[in-house]
Amino acid sequence: MKRVITTTVINQSGVLNRVTGLLMKRQFNIESISVGHTEQPGMSKMTFVVNVEDKGKLEQLLKQLQKQIDVIKVHDITDKAMVMRELAMVKVVSPPSVRNEIYAIVEPFRATVVDMSKNVTTYQVAGDPEKIEAFIDLMRPYGIKEITRTGVSAFVRETQKAQTEQVSIL
Amino acid sequence: MGVNLKVREETEQKLKGSGADVLIQSLKEQGVEVIFGYPGGAVLPIYDALHRNPIRHVLARHEQGAIHAAEGYARVSGKTGVVIATSGPGATNLVTGIADAMLDSLPLVVFTGQVASTVIGTDAFQEADIIGITQPITKHNYQVKSVADFPRIIKEAFYIASTGRPGPVVVDIPKNISTEMFLTDYPQNEQVNLPGYQPTTKPNYLQIQKAGQALSEAKKPLILAGAGVLAAQASEELQVFAERHKVPVTNTLLGLGSIGGDHPLFLGMAGMHGTYTANTAICECDLLINIGARFDDRLTGNLAHFAPNAKVIHIDIDPAEIGKNVPTDIPIVADAKEALQALSNQSFESPDTEAWLQRLTANRAEYPLHYKADKERGILPQQAVELIHRLTGGDAVVTTDVGQHQMWTAQYYRFNHPHNWVTSGGLGTMGFGFPAAIGAQLARSNETVVAVVGDAGFQMTLQELSLLQELRLPVKVVILNNQSLGMVRQWQETFYEERYSQSLIHVQPDFVKLAQAYDIEGYKVETMEQAEKVFAEAFASTGPVLIDCRVVQMENVYPMVAPGKGLNEMIGVKGE
Repeated sequence: MKRVITTTVINQSGVLNRVTGLLMKRQFNIESISVGHTEQPGMSKMTFVVNVEDKGKLEQLLKQLQKQIDVIKVHDITDKAMVMRELAMVKVVSPPSVRNEIYAIVEPFRATVVDMSKNVTTYQVAGDPEKIEAFIDLMRPYGIKEITRTGVSAFVRETQKAQTEQVSIL
Repeated sequence: MGVNLKVREETEQKLKGSGADVLIQSLKEQGVEVIFGYPGGAVLPIYDALHRNPIRHVLARHEQGAIHAAEGYARVSGKTGVVIATSGPGATNLVTGIADAMLDSLPLVVFTGQVASTVIGTDAFQEADIIGITQPITKHNYQVKSVADFPRIIKEAFYIASTGRPGPVVVDIPKNISTEMFLTDYPQNEQVNLPGYQPTTKPNYLQIQKAGQALSEAKKPLILAGAGVLAAQASEELQVFAERHKVPVTNTLLGLGSIGGDHPLFLGMAGMHGTYTANTAICECDLLINIGARFDDRLTGNLAHFAPNAKVIHIDIDPAEIGKNVPTDIPIVADAKEALQALSNQSFESPDTEAWLQRLTANRAEYPLHYKADKERGILPQQAVELIHRLTGGDAVVTTDVGQHQMWTAQYYRFNHPHNWVTSGGLGTMGFGFPAAIGAQLARSNETVVAVVGDAGFQMTLQELSLLQELRLPVKVVILNNQSLGMVRQWQETFYEERYSQSLIHVQPDFVKLAQAYDIEGYKVETMEQAEKVFAEAFASTGPVLIDCRVVQMENVYPMVAPGKGLNEMIGVKGE
């Protein structure tokens, strides 16, 4: 099962390495990871999407992360109401003959053109991973030259519907 | 560790020195009595500062010897072991010891030299990325980036190593940090502030209540005591608790000594080479109280058959151990001592364990540990261990490597006291026992320390005989010499149809001459008569002694749970 996990970590050299190293050592598969500063100086937030087999493995993952000295907080926010965003840039082969056609697809996705040359256009699209997948699928027939994705960054919404079960005992 | 005022005053003055001076003075402030180390280029400034402001330093003959000695010291003293080595090869030679301390939860602070900050990352002479290398095998590690951070880092390193679940912390010190002058005022009374590290030591009250309730309802309760009991100095509490509620106790390999080896409630060690009674108790119990053990695979055997009827209470200071291998009904995150005290303060009815204890006592009488002594064949290793036990009365500090001799020692040396058993459990490190005995002897100078080692493991770190020679440490080295890699050979016999691939050693040094080369008394014994005499003399001697004890080569460790099997499927049980 796919889980979205956020961690607050002390921002010093080696922390990213420590966390990814831990996941590797314990045989967890990272699907995506994103890191950035937070509103607190000296603190960073990591969001990662991992594939875990079962609840037991998930609990292990959360506890092992929590055990790291540089990790302040760990949350599995998968089951919470949350906002999840990822940004992708897609280079699509788009000679003038099909440009209008592509544009018609791009518009509902609220993607924007960030670079353009004679035959290739680069689109930027942001949203949850499913939206990005859908966009990429639609672009594929035109010929995708290159894709780059940032990985997911996520926030828990201020208003939660009902209490969901918290897996971590910490 | 008491920080006396005089040291503090000195600290005020001396901290105006270099980074290296700060290090040495901080070590004094931490109460460090002995450093195990080996100098080299990147730590020259540190050794120079040590020359100015001495702390006892034990110069091992190989960095691995230094760190295993520090582990032995930490294990028997409960204090943090301190190691210094230089960059590159000095640091990488420590890796085995660091991993060993990590798996066996030993408090170590390891200082490694590093090339100067300006050349880190350029593949400079004797450069190794020891932070990257040791990251998965340390509780935490630091590279000092600025000399102003140095006192804080040292404080944190000792704090992290020795609190919560103990473990090794590496502090990597670039050479320029050691030489740079320290100008900031040293914050004397600054508390350690680690928001991401706050170990839970007090148990949750409701969980303790639940545990008490479960115990009072149990018919066949069993305590499994691990090294966590020893780390928490809780053996007395354990014994009182077990006696009060009449609950039988078994141990993990590393938990041995947490209850007396001859205590009537003690069933012996459990696991792969545990006693039949202990493993039977695990299979049959209806309540398993794990205190400070991590349900290691060598203990549990096949998890599908592990304690199938039991409700499981797991007390551990490390929440990540709870539920890792065995599903837990009542998790209690706490220090073992605090949990046992909390349980003692609970009023609940003791379970009626009369029938259960009778059954286990009968089982023990029927299926004891056993071997067939035979004069014709020579000394059996079990006999040698029993002889050591008899001569030392079960009071000695005993260290081992890993393998057959380790299992025989665990089975037959019944420890009267906690903190006397030093062995490499998790990592299973050959070459651990002998240097560990040196560290143990330094911590407990008036006690008998015996290194029971195999002939192969001993040859991995025997260069430390120099330390016995130099310090005249009265360590008794007993080589249970079966001229083979005994456990490897046993597995090849049992699981590889007797194809002894690279496990029989036909050529060996003359261990007696080797001892003599280091000015140590050396003896070789081949019969029990000789052994009786030589061992008695050796243990009466006030100096170091090495005994090459020739034992039957083909003897196997039994009983045994084959890999992949459950604890209910032991082979080599008496009466089978």
